[in-house]
Amino acid sequence: MKSLGNIRRSFAPWADPHSKPFITFRNITKKFGDFTAVDNLTLDIYHREFFALLGASGCGKSTLLRMLAGFERPTAGEIILDGQDIADIPPYRRPVNMMFQSYALFPHMTVESNIAFGLRQDGMPKADIAARVAQMLKLVKLEQFAKRKPQQLSGGQRQRVALARSLAKQPKVLLLDEPLGALDKKLREETQFELMDLQQELGLTFVVVTHDQEEAMTMADRIAVMSHGKVVQVATPAEIYEAPNCRFVADFIGDVNIVEGKVTAVANGTVEIAGADFKVRTVSEVVPATGAAAAFAVRPEKLKVSRAAPADPGINASEGEIWDIGYLGDMTVLHVRLPSGQVVKTSMLNAQREVDNPIGYDEKVWVSFAETAGVVLRD
Amino acid sequence: MTKLGNAIFRRLVIIIPYAWLLFFFLIPFLIVFRIALSTTAIAQPPYVPVFSLSDGISGIWANLQQLSFDNFIWLTEDTLYLNAYLSSLKIAAISTFLTLLIAYPLAYGMAQAPRSWRPTLLMLVILPFWTSFLIRVYAWIAILKPEGLLNQFLLSIGLIDDPLIILNTNWAIYIGIVYSYLPFMVLPIYSALEKMDHSLIEAAQDLGCPPITAFWKVTFPLSLAGVVAGCMLVFIPAVGEFVIPDLLGGSQTLMIGKTLWNEFNANRDWPVSAAVATILLLILVVPIVFFQNFQAKAEEKGK
Amino acid sequence: MPRWSRFNIISVVLGFAFLYLPILLLVIFSFNESRLVTVWAGFSTKWYVALFQNQGLIDAAWVTIRVALLTATFATVLGTLAALALVRYSRFRGRLLFSGMVYAPLVMPEVITGLSLLLLFVAVGLDRGFWTVTLAHITFAMCFVAVVVQSRLLSFDQSVEEAALDLGATPLRTFFEVTLPIIAPAVLSGWMLAFTLSLDDLVIASFTTGPGATTLPMKIYSQVRLGVTPEINAACTILIGFVAIGVLIASIVTKQRELQRQRDEHQAARGMS
Repeated sequence: MKSLGNIRRSFAPWADPHSKPFITFRNITKKFGDFTAVDNLTLDIYHREFFALLGASGCGKSTLLRMLAGFERPTAGEIILDGQDIADIPPYRRPVNMMFQSYALFPHMTVESNIAFGLRQDGMPKADIAARVAQMLKLVKLEQFAKRKPQQLSGGQRQRVALARSLAKQPKVLLLDEPLGALDKKLREETQFELMDLQQELGLTFVVVTHDQEEAMTMADRIAVMSHGKVVQVATPAEIYEAPNCRFVADFIGDVNIVEGKVTAVANGTVEIAGADFKVRTVSEVVPATGAAAAFAVRPEKLKVSRAAPADPGINASEGEIWDIGYLGDMTVLHVRLPSGQVVKTSMLNAQREVDNPIGYDEKVWVSFAETAGVVLRD
Repeated sequence: MTKLGNAIFRRLVIIIPYAWLLFFFLIPFLIVFRIALSTTAIAQPPYVPVFSLSDGISGIWANLQQLSFDNFIWLTEDTLYLNAYLSSLKIAAISTFLTLLIAYPLAYGMAQAPRSWRPTLLMLVILPFWTSFLIRVYAWIAILKPEGLLNQFLLSIGLIDDPLIILNTNWAIYIGIVYSYLPFMVLPIYSALEKMDHSLIEAAQDLGCPPITAFWKVTFPLSLAGVVAGCMLVFIPAVGEFVIPDLLGGSQTLMIGKTLWNEFNANRDWPVSAAVATILLLILVVPIVFFQNFQAKAEEKGK
Repeated sequence: MPRWSRFNIISVVLGFAFLYLPILLLVIFSFNESRLVTVWAGFSTKWYVALFQNQGLIDAAWVTIRVALLTATFATVLGTLAALALVRYSRFRGRLLFSGMVYAPLVMPEVITGLSLLLLFVAVGLDRGFWTVTLAHITFAMCFVAVVVQSRLLSFDQSVEEAALDLGATPLRTFFEVTLPIIAPAVLSGWMLAFTLSLDDLVIASFTTGPGATTLPMKIYSQVRLGVTPEINAACTILIGFVAIGVLIASIVTKQRELQRQRDEHQAARGMS
């Protein structure tokens, strides 16, 4: 397991200008009548990558996946897979396989025949098919269910049959459409890690569509956040969370507080923004012009709430009053109302079982943060 | 090779049924219109054709100028036809209403029945549909006759002193239509009611609606789609009904289906019967198109 | 849970009494000793004996069954294709006209359908008889089949077909290996519906038939016009008996399947633990 972890950490072909993408969407547009599902989208996915398309329903992520599988034809643009333009290749000739959201198991066939279906289409010899099916059943731990029909299986077992069926042909790319959507929470968390191990073991490229940010963050090497048919940000989970490039991503992934203000000073990697409550000084890659309007985003857990004033109360700090308290067990969420009326969300890890004299309702407190706590948003 | 095969398969799936329906459904109607514009002849077939394929385009044009609307004029002049149309519409409308009156409580009762019973009840509604229409109409003759079973029953319990005259009246036709078309009304209403979420009624009652009001404000509006579909399925074929008025109705009963049949079989006046059919079709075009839009919408929803 | 109130029970019971009493009376009086169908004079099967000596009726029955078998088979093929065209290849030129032609015969008065088909057969110079009746029946029955199959196609998860394509099956193989097995029950009930429709039809057959091709409903009709007789009751009872047996078999099969499904679900639930 440790070695796998090391591979994962060092796996970053997108950062290497010499590596060639495995899948390229180039200026892809897909229209359904007047509705533009995918809007002039360009995206690279690399070999052996676990790539997630994340977005709300209707953002175009499923359409993108279905274009890769061949069920939809792009209105404009090209899709290149392993150096080949696949626009004219029908789905049944593409070297990609898909795991469907509904699993789409053939109800009139046994588990075995479901898995063998794709192999039979290729005219593989019977003995080889049997061997491969056995191997797949072992892979998903369903050996004793080979003769059952899909309706005789539980949800989790069906999901594994669907997975085995789509892997049986050893596709170049496995497409997963909301693969865990139909499972309950606990099973979903287990299966996430199983999928990751499987992907490492088989060395395949996975493209997964999901609306569940936790799922995407856990499994993917990189995430493309989509909205209205466009990719808003493509980055690793950590980058997406720590350095969202725009208000949409900041808001979509996790909780965020946004401080609006005017840029007052810009100097060697540091930006100062004057907001209603905070005078922000932050390290920033984004360098806006002095005097321009800017937005600063900071995650709840990066805000510190204290009774005592911080060392420099003039910078990255504001007074406020406790507005709401939510105790979640592992952490406590505090909503603090600032003088301007803005309510910021903060969260504190409950490191100790009991806290003497905890902060209570209506108490006056200070909210502060470090210069590296947040980011200046691009738009 | 297989690619070509697939393309051909796709084409054939559309073309075969399409061509069949064009030839056996649409073209026959065009022929009906054509013959409606011909004049009667004592010959076999008994009409003078307006177009003949061998004439070519110029022949058709020449013939177009000889088109005869005589048959239609004849229809408007003879009040027999006008009365037959009006009477058909009236009988169909009354029967549809009576069918609804009986079908709704039945469908409602079925939808409220314990879940495990519903498939059986549904099958029991569909079952008569599988037995011959003719047999079901025929069964009523013995019941409705003056010395028939209904009168025997009513006389024996002393409800009436003289036998009721039902057979050969419009009432017999109403009963026949209601009886024959009942499943067509029950099924769409039942499926609308069965799909309905019962918690809606509970919500209405929770918000202070007494059961009767809840029915009219919630249940009925939600079943309206089924009611409309059912009414169309009964009304449209009932207008052109032939067997029921012929067997249960009297000689003075006027219904257009029967008139058309007589015109065709007894009088052998094909052009006039074609004209009668044309007008019947024109009358029914509005409800049929309505019904189709309705079906298409339901189909969209189903997707 | 909705409550099955007394009102509901009464309306269901009355509704079914209305539906079944006439048929029941008809069956009872087919066993009547008397010539009258309204006065009970004792049990007898003599009308059934008479029926089997009526060569005209038996000939008509034979014609009807042959027409119905041919109709059901061809109408099922055509209707299934039409349903596929409507549901799967939904975007093609003239689709509106096509769906119109599929739905219209469902509600079209039979007199119009019959008349128009007769005029077609005369116009193309086809001799009227067995084959014209069959062609006419195929035409209106295929629309019913199309509607039955269409509703099954609409209700099944289309991603199952996509999965087959994705796994390398061509559209043709997808149809035969995946789609057809799944919609088979609907196709079968379409066949049965077409068979019964053809068996029952009087009006369209009367218009399109010719010498030597008298169907059973036509025969019954012409006798009914002369008067109600127990012999006709007997003929009707036999027809009803056939339908009843067919429906009984169908419902037993359905019941078995339902039981199997419940066992499957049970097994699936156990498999979870």
